[in-house]
Amino acid sequence: MENRITDIGPPYYAQFFPPVIKKNYGKWKSHEIIEPGVLKYTSETGDVVYVVRVGTPRLATTDYIREVCEIADKYCDGYVRWTTRNNIEFHVTDEETLRALKEDLKSRKHPGGSYKFPIGGTGAGVTNIVHTQGWVHCHTPAIDASGIVKAVMDDLIDYFESMTLPAQVRIALACCLNMCGAVHCSDIAILGIHRKPPLIEDDRLEYVCEIPLVLASCPTGAIKPATVEIDGKKKKTVRVQESRCMFCGNCYTMCPAMPIADGEGDGVAILVGGKISNRVSAPKFSKLVIPYIPNEPPRWETTVKWVRKILETYAKHARKYERVGEWAERIGWERFFELCEIPFSSKTMDDYRLAYDTYRTSMHFRFTSHVDIK
Amino acid sequence: MSEIKKHDTPMMEELKKGPFPSFVDDIEQYGEKHKKQACFDLLGQLELSYKHKETHWKHGGIVGVFGYGGGVIGRYSDQQDKFPAIWAFHTIRVNQPASKFYHTSALRKLCEMWDHRGSGMTNFHGSTGDIILLGTVTEQLEPVFFDLTHQLKMDLGGSGSNLRTPACCVGKARCEWSCIDTQELCYDLTMTYQDELHRPAFPYKFKFKISGCPNDCVASIARADFSIIGTWIDDIRIDQEAVKAYVGGELKPNAGAHAGRDWGKFDIQKEVIDLCPTQCMYWDGEKLHINNKECNRCMHCINVMPEALRPGTDTGATILMGAKAPILEGAQLSTVIVPFIRLEPPYDELKEIIENVWMFWMEEGKNRERLGELMQRVGLANFVETVKLKHVPQMIKEPRSNPYVFWKEEEVEGGWKRDIKEYRERHPA
Repeated sequence: MENRITDIGPPYYAQFFPPVIKKNYGKWKSHEIIEPGVLKYTSETGDVVYVVRVGTPRLATTDYIREVCEIADKYCDGYVRWTTRNNIEFHVTDEETLRALKEDLKSRKHPGGSYKFPIGGTGAGVTNIVHTQGWVHCHTPAIDASGIVKAVMDDLIDYFESMTLPAQVRIALACCLNMCGAVHCSDIAILGIHRKPPLIEDDRLEYVCEIPLVLASCPTGAIKPATVEIDGKKKKTVRVQESRCMFCGNCYTMCPAMPIADGEGDGVAILVGGKISNRVSAPKFSKLVIPYIPNEPPRWETTVKWVRKILETYAKHARKYERVGEWAERIGWERFFELCEIPFSSKTMDDYRLAYDTYRTSMHFRFTSHVDIK
Repeated sequence: MSEIKKHDTPMMEELKKGPFPSFVDDIEQYGEKHKKQACFDLLGQLELSYKHKETHWKHGGIVGVFGYGGGVIGRYSDQQDKFPAIWAFHTIRVNQPASKFYHTSALRKLCEMWDHRGSGMTNFHGSTGDIILLGTVTEQLEPVFFDLTHQLKMDLGGSGSNLRTPACCVGKARCEWSCIDTQELCYDLTMTYQDELHRPAFPYKFKFKISGCPNDCVASIARADFSIIGTWIDDIRIDQEAVKAYVGGELKPNAGAHAGRDWGKFDIQKEVIDLCPTQCMYWDGEKLHINNKECNRCMHCINVMPEALRPGTDTGATILMGAKAPILEGAQLSTVIVPFIRLEPPYDELKEIIENVWMFWMEEGKNRERLGELMQRVGLANFVETVKLKHVPQMIKEPRSNPYVFWKEEEVEGGWKRDIKEYRERHPA
């Protein structure tokens, strides 16, 4: 323990502020989005700063970070920041440097042809997808993260680079229903789900799992303790009442002897209508509208198709400033399903605890194609 | 250095195509340049996952550095023969500077260290805010920590049942709406509670997030057990000349956020007045009037006319608590606990609330019970009383509709000790 330094915390933030930020801290007066991906902030002191926002894949090598450094050194005196959605922002104080910076960013491509630093992510468009580890690093995912995000953003790049939507659309992805990140509160959310109960490794379970923790980990109380005989020896284990299991995978999080992943069973669910800001309406949870789409590596065509379909239906019908959730609530979810041409499924009807609050206890509904009129 | 072995990865190749930055191309270029087998083994294992549609990481993994109980996520491949360079592939969380400004001198040092001691792969940033150093072996953990603290003056972030790394929005550094000093508060809380961050002592994880205004750009209300969101209690500042400039078309609504589509001429009645959730605004053709007493500070009018409208100058924050993802009892957003608190260093009043909440949760919280679930279990009213705060109507969206009300014995005249004989004297059976 000699020479050990602990509890020093993060570097002090202000040492990394560009001079114009340091000087005008708390004095900003207004801002303007002068074009997609480029913002201009004006201070009470009269100073201005231009910000160029670029998309990133979040998963990046040190060489990618070094290239960011090279750009920041060349145009921004070495200063750079990342946003809460994993975009990068470069700050400059004059239009000449701004022009050169933009040109430079646009010219940088990977050998395979993808842009390293696409400019955009501002205003009423689609910005970066908040996402998780997927098959790159996690042990509980039902889907990949980086691959699906790449496929969806390739398809929606025009919306990243423009501001043509009624409001900003936040897309998020979580590879299991731990929902690391923002899936439960996003306009469109891609969620990894399982559809088979866990396997139970009876001969190993008592050695690697704390059984009371496993029992307590189940939201539906589907897991019970059990004893089995293996090679004449009694072993403690658990049993899952399969009809009560909804495949959340939380028992596997607690117990390595209950793996749940399954290539055929696992896939994507789509949720829509969540938001975090308090603007006009209160923050909302996203709601599950497509219960299952199979995993289709490497390009997840069906998932990509549905995200685009929902986005474009919203873009066509929603009013200015209206978020996806506000639009769906105004027109009614029955109309949402009809306009988006999403088949309505029993799986989208809640049956967990406070489910009653989500049922229709009124005569207030629209007739849509779902209702048989004879 | 031995030869690099590349795996056949046709599906990874597909992910080099298309316009959005390709993580595959980046990893492959890096691997070739730096002769890093881990990069090719990671892509190889990912290819296998794409084929099987299943992860190939073993369950869990407990590793770390001495003196700390968290900060490192252990991970082991279940294909160690095929992909030996990632047989152990641990993630290190590094506490980011508040609002993620950097200078390249610091970033370059971090890159050099990570080239040397890790895979060279990162996440900028993890969802909670940390810099993620993605992939190294157990023997490198202590050297990485030594280099971080001695050379880079950086520390680990949080993981496990502890205070996780706090995060904040860009705040006053570059936003005209920030009602509080989000960076300063984020840094202060992080430093004050280093022990709680590095050495797990809680029933489960606990997160702070700090946004400067109700636009909530760090998603505090959805992603923090303790959400601090800036607000104001005086009047919205109005520049009537600038309002006229919006009406006249000289200024672009919402700072130009909708410029990519023709939405017609700006209509202040339709786009601002009629969308105000409390209907507390009025445009008389010359002047904009706001009945600030009825304003719920949703930010819409300010967002639409940033040159004309600004938050008030008597500022502070609202504290909300209990947000969490679905596991176990369902997802929760944070709920209002303190409608308004002034926030000036050293933030004593805020810290008293934090510590009261922790004291109660550490005592009463069950294993792996988030604060939001404890609040549900004991009831909001009990929770508020226990942490020594005042019950106010701002805490609820609406009063309860069921009549199942708990009263305490001391609140009821005569108490609960009653004699049936005495009752029967008045009411023979």
